[in-house]
Amino acid sequence: MNVDILYFASLREALGREREAAELPETVRTVGELRSWLAGRGGAWAAALAPERAVRAARNHTMVQASERLQAGDEVAFFPPVTGG
Amino acid sequence: MSISVQTADFDAGAEIAALRADPSVGAVVTFVGTVRDINEGDSVSSLTLEHYPGMTEKALADIVRQARERWTLNAVRVIHRVGTLRALDQIVFVGVAGRHRGACFAACEFIMDYLKTQAPFWKKEATGRGDRWVEARDSDDEAARRWESGQE
Repeated sequence: MNVDILYFASLREALGREREAAELPETVRTVGELRSWLAGRGGAWAAALAPERAVRAARNHTMVQASERLQAGDEVAFFPPVTGG
Repeated sequence: MSISVQTADFDAGAEIAALRADPSVGAVVTFVGTVRDINEGDSVSSLTLEHYPGMTEKALADIVRQARERWTLNAVRVIHRVGTLRALDQIVFVGVAGRHRGACFAACEFIMDYLKTQAPFWKKEATGRGDRWVEARDSDDEAARRWESGQE
Protein backbone atom coordinates (compact mmCIF):
# COMPACT_ATOMS: atom_id res chain seq x y z
CA MET A 1 0.00 0.00 0.00
CA ASN A 2 1.16 3.52 -0.81
CA VAL A 3 0.91 6.41 1.66
CA ASP A 4 2.19 9.97 1.87
CA ILE A 5 4.16 10.74 5.02
CA LEU A 6 4.77 14.25 6.34
CA TYR A 7 7.11 15.44 9.09
CA PHE A 8 6.90 18.70 11.03
CA ALA A 9 8.94 20.98 13.28
CA SER A 10 11.85 19.38 15.19
CA LEU A 11 11.09 15.99 13.63
CA ARG A 12 11.32 17.45 10.11
CA GLU A 13 14.68 18.97 11.00
CA ALA A 14 16.04 15.82 12.64
CA LEU A 15 15.06 13.68 9.64
CA GLY A 16 16.05 16.25 7.02
CA ARG A 17 12.81 15.58 5.18
CA GLU A 18 9.37 17.18 5.08
CA ARG A 19 7.45 14.62 3.06
CA GLU A 20 7.77 11.41 1.12
CA ALA A 21 5.66 8.88 -0.74
CA ALA A 22 6.26 5.40 0.62
CA GLU A 23 5.24 1.91 -0.43
CA LEU A 24 4.63 -0.06 2.73
CA PRO A 25 5.22 -3.78 3.23
CA GLU A 26 2.12 -5.83 4.11
CA THR A 27 3.26 -6.09 7.73
CA VAL A 28 2.72 -2.33 8.22
CA ARG A 29 -1.01 -1.89 8.86
CA THR A 30 -1.25 0.77 11.59
CA VAL A 31 0.20 4.19 12.36
CA GLY A 32 2.30 2.68 15.16
CA GLU A 33 3.66 -0.01 12.84
CA LEU A 34 4.52 2.69 10.31
CA ARG A 35 6.45 4.58 12.98
CA SER A 36 8.41 1.44 13.90
CA TRP A 37 9.07 0.67 10.24
CA LEU A 38 10.46 4.19 9.71
CA ALA A 39 12.58 3.92 12.88
CA GLY A 40 14.00 0.73 11.37
CA ARG A 41 15.85 2.88 8.83
CA GLY A 42 18.35 3.48 11.65
CA GLY A 43 20.47 6.58 12.32
CA ALA A 44 18.46 9.77 12.76
CA TRP A 45 15.24 7.84 12.09
CA ALA A 46 15.85 5.39 14.93
CA ALA A 47 16.74 8.25 17.29
CA ALA A 48 13.89 10.64 16.42
CA LEU A 49 11.17 7.95 16.31
CA ALA A 50 12.40 5.82 19.24
CA PRO A 51 9.50 4.51 21.37
CA GLU A 52 10.44 6.72 24.34
CA ARG A 53 10.28 9.91 22.25
CA ALA A 54 7.07 11.95 22.39
CA VAL A 55 5.82 11.77 18.81
CA ARG A 56 2.26 12.51 17.78
CA ALA A 57 0.58 11.34 14.60
CA ALA A 58 -2.27 12.43 12.35
CA ARG A 59 -4.02 10.37 9.70
CA ASN A 60 -5.78 12.37 6.98
CA HIS A 61 -5.60 15.56 9.11
CA THR A 62 -6.96 14.07 12.35
CA MET A 63 -4.81 13.24 15.39
CA VAL A 64 -4.85 9.49 16.00
CA GLN A 65 -3.45 6.82 18.28
CA ALA A 66 -0.81 4.28 17.26
CA SER A 67 -3.47 1.59 16.80
CA GLU A 68 -5.16 3.54 13.97
CA ARG A 69 -5.44 1.39 10.83
CA LEU A 70 -3.93 2.68 7.59
CA GLN A 71 -5.54 2.63 4.17
CA ALA A 72 -3.97 3.07 0.74
CA GLY A 73 -3.71 6.72 -0.22
CA ASP A 74 -3.62 7.98 3.39
CA GLU A 75 -1.73 11.10 4.37
CA VAL A 76 0.07 10.34 7.62
CA ALA A 77 1.96 13.01 9.56
CA PHE A 78 4.41 12.64 12.43
CA PHE A 79 5.30 15.56 14.67
CA PRO A 80 6.32 16.53 18.21
CA PRO A 81 3.67 17.57 20.76
CA VAL A 82 2.11 20.83 19.58
CA THR A 83 3.06 24.21 21.07
CA GLY A 84 0.71 26.80 19.57
CA GLY A 85 -1.37 29.44 21.28
CA MET B 1 -15.33 33.11 8.51
CA SER B 2 -14.96 32.21 12.16
CA ILE B 3 -11.46 30.66 11.89
CA SER B 4 -8.38 32.25 10.35
CA VAL B 5 -4.77 31.08 10.16
CA GLN B 6 -2.75 33.98 8.82
CA THR B 7 0.60 35.76 8.83
CA ALA B 8 -1.06 39.19 9.13
CA ASP B 9 -1.74 40.91 12.43
CA PHE B 10 -5.32 41.35 13.65
CA ASP B 11 -7.37 44.16 15.20
CA ALA B 12 -8.81 42.79 18.45
CA GLY B 13 -11.10 45.82 18.78
CA ALA B 14 -12.62 45.24 15.37
CA GLU B 15 -13.08 41.56 16.17
CA ILE B 16 -14.89 42.39 19.42
CA ALA B 17 -17.09 44.89 17.58
CA ALA B 18 -18.09 42.17 15.11
CA LEU B 19 -18.80 39.66 17.92
CA ARG B 20 -21.09 42.10 19.77
CA ALA B 21 -22.98 43.26 16.67
CA ASP B 22 -25.78 40.77 17.43
CA PRO B 23 -28.40 42.39 19.75
CA SER B 24 -29.06 39.11 21.57
CA VAL B 25 -25.43 39.05 22.76
CA GLY B 26 -24.95 40.05 26.38
CA ALA B 27 -21.33 38.98 26.89
CA VAL B 28 -18.12 38.84 24.90
CA VAL B 29 -15.08 37.09 26.38
CA THR B 30 -11.76 37.24 24.58
CA PHE B 31 -8.23 35.94 24.96
CA VAL B 32 -5.20 37.41 23.21
CA GLY B 33 -1.89 35.54 23.37
CA THR B 34 1.27 37.57 22.78
CA VAL B 35 4.99 36.98 22.33
CA ARG B 36 7.01 37.25 25.56
CA ASP B 37 10.55 38.61 25.45
CA ILE B 38 11.81 36.01 27.93
CA ASN B 39 11.15 32.26 28.00
CA GLU B 40 12.84 29.63 30.21
CA GLY B 41 15.20 32.34 31.44
CA ASP B 42 16.55 33.36 28.02
CA SER B 43 15.76 36.50 26.08
CA VAL B 44 13.77 35.75 22.94
CA SER B 45 14.35 37.98 19.92
CA SER B 46 11.78 36.33 17.66
CA LEU B 47 9.37 33.43 17.48
CA THR B 48 8.57 31.47 14.33
CA LEU B 49 5.33 29.52 14.16
CA GLU B 50 5.08 26.52 11.87
CA HIS B 51 1.79 24.74 11.21
CA TYR B 52 0.28 21.90 9.19
CA PRO B 53 -1.71 23.50 6.36
CA GLY B 54 -4.84 21.50 5.72
CA MET B 55 -5.00 20.05 9.22
CA THR B 56 -4.77 23.28 11.21
CA GLU B 57 -8.07 24.77 10.08
CA LYS B 58 -9.80 21.40 10.49
CA ALA B 59 -8.44 20.95 14.03
CA LEU B 60 -9.53 24.47 15.04
CA ALA B 61 -12.99 23.97 13.51
CA ASP B 62 -13.34 20.73 15.46
CA ILE B 63 -12.41 22.48 18.73
CA VAL B 64 -14.94 25.25 18.06
CA ARG B 65 -17.60 22.65 17.21
CA GLN B 66 -16.98 20.89 20.54
CA ALA B 67 -17.29 24.19 22.41
CA ARG B 68 -20.57 24.98 20.66
CA GLU B 69 -21.89 21.55 21.62
CA ARG B 70 -21.06 22.14 25.30
CA TRP B 71 -22.26 25.72 25.65
CA THR B 72 -24.93 27.83 23.99
CA LEU B 73 -22.99 30.54 22.17
CA ASN B 74 -23.88 33.17 19.60
CA ALA B 75 -20.54 33.42 17.86
CA VAL B 76 -16.94 32.24 18.10
CA ARG B 77 -13.91 33.76 16.40
CA VAL B 78 -10.42 32.20 16.35
CA ILE B 79 -7.40 33.80 14.68
CA HIS B 80 -3.94 32.22 14.89
CA ARG B 81 -0.89 33.77 13.30
CA VAL B 82 1.96 31.84 11.69
CA GLY B 83 5.40 32.93 10.48
CA THR B 84 7.95 35.03 12.34
CA LEU B 85 6.79 37.24 15.23
CA ARG B 86 8.58 39.46 17.73
CA ALA B 87 8.11 40.43 21.38
CA LEU B 88 4.80 42.25 21.95
CA ASP B 89 3.29 40.81 18.77
CA GLN B 90 -0.11 39.20 18.97
CA ILE B 91 -0.16 35.43 18.31
CA VAL B 92 -3.70 34.27 18.87
CA PHE B 93 -7.20 35.67 19.36
CA VAL B 94 -10.15 33.73 20.73
CA GLY B 95 -13.45 35.57 21.09
CA VAL B 96 -16.70 34.09 22.30
CA ALA B 97 -20.06 35.87 22.29
CA GLY B 98 -23.19 34.67 24.06
CA ARG B 99 -26.16 35.75 26.11
CA HIS B 100 -24.43 35.41 29.50
CA ARG B 101 -20.82 35.55 30.69
CA GLY B 102 -20.54 32.11 32.33
CA ALA B 103 -20.73 30.11 29.12
CA CYS B 104 -18.46 32.61 27.34
CA PHE B 105 -15.71 32.47 30.00
CA ALA B 106 -15.81 28.68 30.04
CA ALA B 107 -15.91 28.27 26.26
CA CYS B 108 -13.03 30.72 25.74
CA GLU B 109 -10.82 28.84 28.20
CA PHE B 110 -11.87 25.46 26.75
CA ILE B 111 -10.97 26.58 23.23
CA MET B 112 -7.54 27.84 24.34
CA ASP B 113 -6.81 24.69 26.37
CA TYR B 114 -7.69 22.46 23.43
CA LEU B 115 -5.90 24.68 20.92
CA LYS B 116 -2.72 24.37 23.01
CA THR B 117 -2.80 20.57 22.91
CA GLN B 118 -4.67 19.64 19.70
CA ALA B 119 -3.99 22.22 16.99
CA PRO B 120 -0.86 21.53 14.90
CA PHE B 121 1.27 24.60 15.57
CA TRP B 122 4.91 24.54 16.67
CA LYS B 123 6.96 27.46 18.01
CA LYS B 124 10.66 27.96 17.43
CA GLU B 125 12.42 30.66 19.45
CA ALA B 126 15.46 32.67 18.42
CA THR B 127 17.42 33.36 21.62
CA GLY B 128 20.87 34.70 22.48
CA ARG B 129 21.94 31.06 22.72
CA GLY B 130 20.62 30.07 19.30
CA ASP B 131 17.35 28.76 17.90
CA ARG B 132 15.33 26.17 19.77
CA TRP B 133 11.95 24.49 19.48
CA VAL B 134 9.61 25.25 22.35
CA GLU B 135 8.86 22.14 24.42
CA ALA B 136 5.27 21.18 25.13
CA ARG B 137 4.28 21.69 28.78
CA ASP B 138 2.68 19.01 30.92
CA SER B 139 0.58 21.77 32.49
CA ASP B 140 -1.08 22.35 29.11
CA ASP B 141 -2.04 18.68 28.86
CA GLU B 142 -3.41 18.82 32.39
CA ALA B 143 -5.41 21.95 31.57
CA ALA B 144 -7.02 20.23 28.58
CA ARG B 145 -7.75 17.06 30.59
CA ARG B 146 -9.76 19.01 33.18
CA TRP B 147 -12.54 19.35 30.59
CA GLU B 148 -12.71 15.59 30.08
CA SER B 149 -13.30 14.83 33.73
CA GLY B 150 -16.00 17.45 34.05
CA GLN B 151 -14.20 19.55 36.67
CA GLU B 152 -15.04 22.87 35.03
